[in-house]
Amino acid sequence: MRTVAARTAGTEPVRSVGDSARRAFLAILWRDLYVTGKEFWVLLVQVALTPLFMLFIFAKVLVEQGSVSAAYGHNLLLPGIIALSAFLTSLQSVAFPLVMEFGWTKEIEDRLLAPLPTDLVAVEKLLMATMRGLIAAMLMYPIGALVLGSAPWHPDRIPLLLLALLLGAWVGAGIGITIGTLVPPARISLMFGLILTPLMFTGATQYAWPLLDTMRWFQVVTAFNPLTYCAEAVRAAMVPTVPHIRPWISIVALVASAALFTATGVLSFRKRAQS
Amino acid sequence: MSGTSGVDDAPAVEVVDLVKRYPKREDNAVDGLSFTVRPGEVFGLLGPNGAGKSTTVGILTTRLPATSGAARLSGIDLLRDPVSARARLAVVAQRPNLDRSLTPRQNLTFHAAYHGVGRADRNERAAALLEQFGLADQADAKVDWYSGGMAQRLMIARSLIHEPDVLFLDEPTTGLDPQARLFVWDRIGELRDRGVTILLTTHDMNEAADLCDRVGIVDHGKLLALDTPEALTRGIRAQAVLDLSVTPAAQEHLATLLSDLGAVEGVERVEQPAASPAAAGAQDQGPAAGDLPATVQIRLYLSADPALVLPAVVGLLSGRSAALTNVRIGTGSLEDVFIDLTGRGLR
Ligand SMILES: Nc1ncnc2c1ncn2[C@@H]1O[C@H](COP(=O)(O)OP(=O)(O)OP(=O)(O)O)[C@@H](O)[C@H]1O
Ligand SMILES: [Mg+2]
Repeated sequence: MRTVAARTAGTEPVRSVGDSARRAFLAILWRDLYVTGKEFWVLLVQVALTPLFMLFIFAKVLVEQGSVSAAYGHNLLLPGIIALSAFLTSLQSVAFPLVMEFGWTKEIEDRLLAPLPTDLVAVEKLLMATMRGLIAAMLMYPIGALVLGSAPWHPDRIPLLLLALLLGAWVGAGIGITIGTLVPPARISLMFGLILTPLMFTGATQYAWPLLDTMRWFQVVTAFNPLTYCAEAVRAAMVPTVPHIRPWISIVALVASAALFTATGVLSFRKRAQS
Repeated sequence: MSGTSGVDDAPAVEVVDLVKRYPKREDNAVDGLSFTVRPGEVFGLLGPNGAGKSTTVGILTTRLPATSGAARLSGIDLLRDPVSARARLAVVAQRPNLDRSLTPRQNLTFHAAYHGVGRADRNERAAALLEQFGLADQADAKVDWYSGGMAQRLMIARSLIHEPDVLFLDEPTTGLDPQARLFVWDRIGELRDRGVTILLTTHDMNEAADLCDRVGIVDHGKLLALDTPEALTRGIRAQAVLDLSVTPAAQEHLATLLSDLGAVEGVERVEQPAASPAAAGAQDQGPAAGDLPATVQIRLYLSADPALVLPAVVGLLSGRSAALTNVRIGTGSLEDVFIDLTGRGLR
């Protein structure tokens, strides 16, 4: 029998599980940062184009034509669109790649076999997606201002704005991971129609939730979409004069949704990783 | 050796009554498998399609949960402490799973980073491995541009960069051309010399016979046999064979020649290997249709020592002016053992 002693790499320091998990987590995070950075314009095109066109048509073209008042763009649509970018960017930027990585390309296997708990790989995905959503929203603000000519600005309310966007992006990330690990690759286009479209239009991004009281049933439906609370909180921060759900209610609802979808995301990621 | 919870003189891999049933499936994909791989050993899992080889590798590399049973890697409980185990193992999956968002070189360096290899170290190792695996020229191309064989080589290089104690290779040479296969075999040989434990799965009998210290034959998730390749072939078909390439005299009748050969003492059975390429080629060169082919392949199954039978065979052939162009003395091959154990049915 041969001996095992003759290993070349006797230089590696003895390492604890926690230490190796921490290093692996950072390396995986760095991988995603690197890949996102390399293809950031792809991400921008992917996610910013829809909101941008919406803003352009509804807050510019229709205003020019006199069909919509100028206040609509500033007061309702722009805050809604910024919330939507945070939510949708984080959701899509994690859901689509996950479907592919788990399905056809199996690319994720190498990271799943890194020396860290599988749940932490999910947490890393969540973190990255949240970051991407936040960046997209922060880009949408100045871009929206350019499209509209100006944008509302309340420096004293920036903490609320950031908190709302952070939570909105986080919820989007949780939903994205859940969808991305539950939907089989062949169903990816179905997911778009069946999940994303309703989410986009029942999220109070194009209208104010309190003003829906004339359409009670739709108001109730909308109350179940976490995006509603993000849009409402962003409105509370950007245009406090427009009727909005009280910020603390929105924040509580967002935190609860974030907790819920983080749990479903991590659980379904774990399940998908082990099959 | 590095690591925290492993026991150093423990078996490299230890599998006890391992069972895996996929959800919504009636049968167990792995059905009570038990075996042990010694440190430094090259261990082969041989089995037909769907035997449960990849499933076993999946469990042993912490990718799949087991339904029941136990599995340990260098004494680490794979099912309870997968994170420690991952630091010590590496796997080359059956299907390509390279990171397509990264270049080939980055596939190596990032993988090393996941495993905590420092920056200078990992760049150096990546360059050396790319060189060694003949990929240095294309190290910064797109992974998508790689051919199947190149991707396979890159995956093997990647598995080595964090210097694992136990390496799992799931059909490492399937789909490779002969050069690439020999290349991979050489690398496996080097790793074994360095003391890396290797568990590989294969359908290739030569691969199993040449590379593996011991081979386990599995089917339907069960271990059917486990031994050295020599012992397996010796044990199950003790029969020796003589493979002859013969050019008979022009006026010879093949049928009589064959029956006369069959009558030689110590010859049990005469067969013409059906799909032997030499025979097929020889037919094209035959002088005219209906005539004897120039060279025929004949296999004699022996009941006695080949060394005793051969002189009689040679004598018989030369007595009839038949030229003997090639002789191979063979014992039953691993393939015979394999078919014997797993049957001829298609999976
Ligand atoms: N994800 C899965 N879900 C359900 N059944 C599966 C799954 N993967 C494999 N199986 C089944 O488990 C059994 C063993 O499959 P496995 O892939 O382990 O075989 P294998 O020995 O690697 O075969 P091959 O030589 O073709 O690679 C097969 O019957 C297969 O159909
Ligand atoms: Mg397989």
